[in-house]
Amino acid sequence: MWRRAFIVLIVGLLASGPSQAVQPDEILKDPALESRARNLSRELRCMVCQNQSIDDSEAPLARDLRLLVRERLTQGDTDQQVLDFLVSRYGNFVLLRPPLEWRTMLLWGLPPAALIAGLVGLMIKGRRQRPTTSGTEALSQDEERRLSTLVDGDLPRP
Amino acid sequence: MIPELGHYALVLALALGLIQAGAPVVGARTNDSSLMQLAASTAIMQFVFVGLAFLALIACYVTSDFSVATVYENSHSTMPLIYKITSVWGNHEGSMLLWVLILSFFGALVGSFGTNLPSVLKAHVLAAQSWIACAFYLFILFTSNPFVRLSQPPFEGRDLNPILQDIGLAIHPPLLYLGYVGFSIAFSFAIAALIEGRIDAAWARWVRPWTLAAWMFLTIGIAMGSYWAYYELGWGGIWFWDPVENASLMPWLVGTALLHSAVVMEKRSALKIWTILLAILAFSLSLIGTFLVRSGVLTSVHTFANDPARGVFILAILMLFIGGGLILFAWRAPTLKQGGLFAPISREGALVFNNLFLTTACLTVFVGTLYPLALDALTGEKISVGAPFFNLTFAPLFVPLLIVMPFGPLMAWKRGDILGVAQRLFAAFGVAIVVVALTFIVEGGRSVLAPLGIGLAFFIMIGALTDIAERIGLFRVPLLATWQRAIGLPRSVWGTALAHFGIAVTLLGIVGVSTWASELIVSIKPKQTVSLSGYELAFEGLVQRTGPNYRESAARFTVREGGVPIGTMEPSKRSFAARATTTTEAALLTRGFSQLYLSLGDVNGDGSISVRLYHKPLVLLIWLGAVVMAFGAALSLSDRRLRIGIPKPATKPMMQPAE
Repeated sequence: MWRRAFIVLIVGLLASGPSQAVQPDEILKDPALESRARNLSRELRCMVCQNQSIDDSEAPLARDLRLLVRERLTQGDTDQQVLDFLVSRYGNFVLLRPPLEWRTMLLWGLPPAALIAGLVGLMIKGRRQRPTTSGTEALSQDEERRLSTLVDGDLPRP
Repeated sequence: MIPELGHYALVLALALGLIQAGAPVVGARTNDSSLMQLAASTAIMQFVFVGLAFLALIACYVTSDFSVATVYENSHSTMPLIYKITSVWGNHEGSMLLWVLILSFFGALVGSFGTNLPSVLKAHVLAAQSWIACAFYLFILFTSNPFVRLSQPPFEGRDLNPILQDIGLAIHPPLLYLGYVGFSIAFSFAIAALIEGRIDAAWARWVRPWTLAAWMFLTIGIAMGSYWAYYELGWGGIWFWDPVENASLMPWLVGTALLHSAVVMEKRSALKIWTILLAILAFSLSLIGTFLVRSGVLTSVHTFANDPARGVFILAILMLFIGGGLILFAWRAPTLKQGGLFAPISREGALVFNNLFLTTACLTVFVGTLYPLALDALTGEKISVGAPFFNLTFAPLFVPLLIVMPFGPLMAWKRGDILGVAQRLFAAFGVAIVVVALTFIVEGGRSVLAPLGIGLAFFIMIGALTDIAERIGLFRVPLLATWQRAIGLPRSVWGTALAHFGIAVTLLGIVGVSTWASELIVSIKPKQTVSLSGYELAFEGLVQRTGPNYRESAARFTVREGGVPIGTMEPSKRSFAARATTTTEAALLTRGFSQLYLSLGDVNGDGSISVRLYHKPLVLLIWLGAVVMAFGAALSLSDRRLRIGIPKPATKPMMQPAE
């Protein structure tokens, strides 16, 4: 049913007038620029939509943003400059991959922290368990020497 | 009359649920077996009454009784019968009724088939199951009653949302719910074990088939949802990392971890506490998913605050069961005795690795889904977390898991030999390296990730087959003996190999479609031709048609490959008068595992149309892989050892597969 709710939202957006994501008339002549524009579009959120990139969205706002991205690119902006420009205009909300800041610290940091904590925890646990499974562990050098002298039959003199 | 009967049946189910919530627990305390046995009957009768309520609601929809509010809002007299039935759960109230129907179905299954369970355990499991059921019966009766009547019945309904008028609605939600709600059994078993303070390998053996069944349905349910969105939404995406999708992915990830840790518990009685925790978490995530989707919190934290009745109710259920479960866990878990020890390099070690990465992957999805909500609620700051974030964080967690996957089943219990296993995977390594090299050459060195991805998929596939080949002595013993061994092999071994094989098939599809997909967005006039990836599509013209409750304009295309006609494609736009909406129906043409995908855009004034044409290589493998995984689970489920419960001690050595 989750998918359904999602689709319902899409339909809500569709109702504003049938149109499509990227339209034929938007596409730039230069294939290199166009492909950069497409890649950027996937990183940018259509702000009036539910979790859709402007590349996927049919909303008029998404179309405006797609055109804006292409306009900046043809004027010679780098990818980063385009993103910076959009962030200065709309805030971080426009980025589908939030930048690493103190506010997003937990977002980026929690998964790797959990993984490392899990690994460390397992290592400590493994270390603690080792003595109980030491039945087959090798003898130390000292033990080896004492054993061989025992086997050989003559005890070392003090 | 029928809606009132349905409503009444639901109230009766609640009454039975309340009895089942208390009596068996009292019975277990006082050692009264008749009180404990009561639970089995009430569980079955609960299912009967919820089933009656559900049938009553179906009857309202089929007869288009628009005096019932939900029927009026979601149905239309001209809809085909199948959509009249599926629209029962195509809305909030009905889908919650389906939720409790499946919940009571699982309860009834435990009641009728759990005959080999110790009576105290069974009593506690069914009581816990009934606590959940009662909470949701109350939720439905107080906030989401599907049987509410309108004082002035309208003449015609408002129609089901056109985009849901699809066979996908008949398949996807019931399967997904069977998976979601199926984890409630594992949860109830965990609660029962914590209440009793006793848990052993037998417990794991009883829980595993339920978890396996839930996992199987969830796998298929997610895959079918993905395919539905793929063809229905019109831009050919397969996974959007949307919160509602994440809500179903999270229980799947933890459920997968639970399946694996339950194996360790069953065979080696290790990881007990961890397995209990996973059983609680898997269902908790299902509840969180329900909360996310049903409370409206996803749209905005503010809509949630404006219309809080449902949201707050589900939030209360959430806190009661997740909080209660975890508190019980924190209180009782330390009293559980830990079992067998094992070296880090061992089958257990590999399964622990699996659990660590799966739960971390789940945490990533969890944090990514809830972080924007939490930040908005706490600071009012809005951020977006979308596909680029998840792709970046999820893949590095899943790739190590996939690399280790073929090693696990080949590893010995307790203390494994990683070099020995690597040697036995020689064939898999060899094939993988050849595949990487070949793909790299064919690709012309354009991409490094794609050949590696394809190579990894082949490594897993051959690795899964290696396990089977070794166990049946392929090429080592005479063919007849091999055949006999293959038949004698426990079905769960085949199931494991198939499920792992299926993951690789899905991986192959994902890599294929994300590397080699091509796309064309054009305006085209009649009698013109477009070509993409060796296919030529000639636009013959527009056709107007009338369906049962819509009108559509379809664009007719003839598809040729190398000049030879191979089929026609008719993408269309349907307009539904009742809701004044249009839907885009994409046309698909399947070639092997690949598909051509054509979706219709605007019709322009000069007679031209804009279309989006995609070539999606290997795309069908994505869903086929999920089907293979689910088939593996079904095979495992049919294993005698799971069906009949614990084997008698005398036969135990025979039950251990040869390592």
